Amino acid sequence: MATKFAPPVQYIDDRVGIGKPFFRHALRKVFPDHWSFLLGEIALYSFIVLILTGTFLTFWFKPSMTEVEYQGSYELLRGLHMSEAYASTLDLSFDVRGGLLMRQVHHWAAILFVAAMMVHMLRIFFTGAFRKPREFNWLIGFGMLFLGIIEGFIGYGLPDDLLSGTGLRITQGMIQASPVIGTWLSFFIFGGEFPGNDMVPRFFIVHVLLIPGLILALVTVHLILVVYYRHTQYPGPGRTNRNVVGYPLYPVYTAKAGGFFFVVFGVTALMGALLQINPVWLYGPYNPAEVTAGSQPDWYMGWLEGSVRLMPGFETQILGVTLSWNLIIPALLVPPAFVTLVALYPFIEQWVTGDKREHHLLDRPRNQPTRTGVGVAFMTFYGVLWLAGGNDLIATHFGISLNNVTYVLRVLVFVGPVLAFWVTRRICIALQRADIERLLHGLETGVIVRTPDGGYYEKHAPIDKFETYTLTLHENQVPQELGPETDENGVAAPRRALRKLRVKMSEFYYADNVLKPTRHELEEARAHAEHAHDDGHHAVEDVTGDEQLDTTTREVEAGSGRDH
Amino acid sequence: MSDDRLPAKPDAHGEDDGYGGDLVLADPAGDPVADPGLEPHEDRITDIDPDAATRVERQVATMFGLATLLTIAFVVAYFAIDKDTVVWIGPLRTNALNLTLGMTLGLALFLIGAGAIQWAKKLMVDKEIVEHRNPVHTSEADQAEMLKEFNAGTAESGFTRRKLIRRSLIGALGVLGIPPIIMLADLGPPPGRRLFETVWTEGIRVVNDVTLRPLRPSDMVIGQLVNGLPANLQELAEEDHTEYLNAKAKAAVILVRIRPDQITPLPGRENWGVDGILCYSKICTHVGCPISLYEQVTHHVLCPCHQSTFDLADNAKVLFGPAARPLPQLPIMVDSEGYLAAQSGFHEPVGPSFWERGERG
Repeated sequence: MATKFAPPVQYIDDRVGIGKPFFRHALRKVFPDHWSFLLGEIALYSFIVLILTGTFLTFWFKPSMTEVEYQGSYELLRGLHMSEAYASTLDLSFDVRGGLLMRQVHHWAAILFVAAMMVHMLRIFFTGAFRKPREFNWLIGFGMLFLGIIEGFIGYGLPDDLLSGTGLRITQGMIQASPVIGTWLSFFIFGGEFPGNDMVPRFFIVHVLLIPGLILALVTVHLILVVYYRHTQYPGPGRTNRNVVGYPLYPVYTAKAGGFFFVVFGVTALMGALLQINPVWLYGPYNPAEVTAGSQPDWYMGWLEGSVRLMPGFETQILGVTLSWNLIIPALLVPPAFVTLVALYPFIEQWVTGDKREHHLLDRPRNQPTRTGVGVAFMTFYGVLWLAGGNDLIATHFGISLNNVTYVLRVLVFVGPVLAFWVTRRICIALQRADIERLLHGLETGVIVRTPDGGYYEKHAPIDKFETYTLTLHENQVPQELGPETDENGVAAPRRALRKLRVKMSEFYYADNVLKPTRHELEEARAHAEHAHDDGHHAVEDVTGDEQLDTTTREVEAGSGRDH
Repeated sequence: MSDDRLPAKPDAHGEDDGYGGDLVLADPAGDPVADPGLEPHEDRITDIDPDAATRVERQVATMFGLATLLTIAFVVAYFAIDKDTVVWIGPLRTNALNLTLGMTLGLALFLIGAGAIQWAKKLMVDKEIVEHRNPVHTSEADQAEMLKEFNAGTAESGFTRRKLIRRSLIGALGVLGIPPIIMLADLGPPPGRRLFETVWTEGIRVVNDVTLRPLRPSDMVIGQLVNGLPANLQELAEEDHTEYLNAKAKAAVILVRIRPDQITPLPGRENWGVDGILCYSKICTHVGCPISLYEQVTHHVLCPCHQSTFDLADNAKVLFGPAARPLPQLPIMVDSEGYLAAQSGFHEPVGPSFWERGERG
């Protein structure tokens, strides 16, 4: 085996020093393996697909609103007056070979990009991967999701077809309704009145340079931090907070991740071939006096659309100024407030739980019932608004009254998240109990044993040490305590009200959690199981008795934490 | 009990191990079982059976080989298939070139990816490696060293000592933020009165928005709705397309004919219609979509964007949805030649609300 670099490698080493330990370690950097870690990769790869296909599109697309007469090969629109932007989009679709494919791959990749980022974010949320030290990376990810959504929406507005123009008109109406600066802001963004002559060229440069550049910068920092922290891993035997267990970057992840890029690209290309998307030639050029019924934005704008659709119409005119609450609340207040709440969640949770430690082992969602419940409540809120974005389609497809759909969703947007929180939390606690059941009584074998005196019982087999370890690896969580009212010198402890709130919230977080079995309980259960093999008759009664006893004791234990 | 299983615990010597040892971990139940270490490695079939490994090797090579063929097919299709050729797949019609290019490229890419993944999963060594992980924050010694260097640098620069330099620099950099902001001032003209005005004035005829022909009252039957435009809009189309679109975005109207006994005009609007023909702005008062869904029986119109519903017989009052204001009504009359025309412009701004809307001109 060679021990010296070959000449071409030596040439690079002389200039970069690629033999240094830094590069050597990077080559064999370990990454843990789990399907849920692929979600972020999908987002990254679809972003690369977007850059590649988008660059192709810019060679033909003309970001101009100058009026032209269409003379391309799509006969139904020939001779019509339209903007150059729309005409060049038609040329891309009909006269540039492969242009339609690239347009459709670009659009599908955009939809996938936002979806992958959002699902990736949910994975991070539910496994607690946002905890210290990764809070910055959570915020960076959030920034990318936000930029990605704006990027997608602006891209959808560029072809200047009837649908995209309608979307921009709605956005313009919302901007115009902003208090104090709305009118000026709208005139500055659109270069005057809507639609004007400037929006396509302005949005184009934002779409192809400004936002992609920002996303690229954030992606770089995001990935550097992922490598720098070393990836989180799921709990399991041999996996600790002090190590990372997995396969090396070279060769396993080079092949797997590199291969996965081709899979993502391949799938988006197949979608571009087989699934038509945004057939702008059917919509016609933008005309501010026309609109199509059933107009829908791309999926990620749906919740904002729904928020606006659900709001009852009211505005106030006071002291000569107009406040459009029907837009200020659903478009300018609620979505930013919701997004801020989700973005700040890691910091809120840290404050409530008082947990300032580093975490590199992920949580199983069931072991964090309150966080999981909050997450599902967020999803429900988002989901109801998203449904509301299609209230007209729900009404027409199911033949029900549009008004009733809207009224029901208006109630659901408040009630749904609360219900979802409560149900999810109870399910998590039930799953925790099921884990304890499995730890203490083993797994059901399906073997029915008949005892000499005629009774029947099902044999339970104990689970192995690896699973036992995995199921008991998480921490027991108990609420924070308030502490004494005064310190040892008799001085009143500061900020008591704030600390009281914190204790209340941490009780809300943890008070109902199930505590995992102690070593003593596990040993007793094991001994008991062996005893049961000798005398099955008793085991039947004892097992059922134990189950009830266990859960009640546990409730009391957990509940007693609250009184301290 | 392995001391690194729980991050909160100070290590065996009771020192801060960098994982927040300062926090007392509330864990009354303790750690029930010790870490048994990594699960034993299980051999894959390809690890034990050389034939299986050869089979996988052939699979992977086949995928890569097919990818090559498909890429060649892509190139051939690009030149061979006419861009206007249409193919039918069952009841579905699609462009042959788009289909072929996408299928060949997509499958080629997919097969390269699938081959690489199969290779990694089945043939590459799958022994898990354990890598140590250090806490992110630095040790006290490192912090002290860092601070020493930083303070030395600060002292050498005199940044804290020479207040005059510091303050003047901060001032200079702060003022530098102004030019980039004021340079954006020409992004748009000031709004002025533009949102208050439309091209409608007294005597402007209402024309059909497709035929552009003026309308007589007799052209409309009861229950009919016609999309209208001001007759003077077309002149703008010839001279300035942008102004034409901007004007159209405000001036589009709907004409509707309702049985006069069903109409309940507001006081002062009794003479705004002609024999049951009423004229309203087509631009929704919510966010400005053109209202377009008309229900003849109830004389309601619905905005397809956010479903605001207006009653045209009752001064376009909002019946449902997020819009807050009725559609502005355009008073119309019959001019000397018998055509429908505006009595005046709109008496209020059309379209979505804005902050200054209540101002009088």
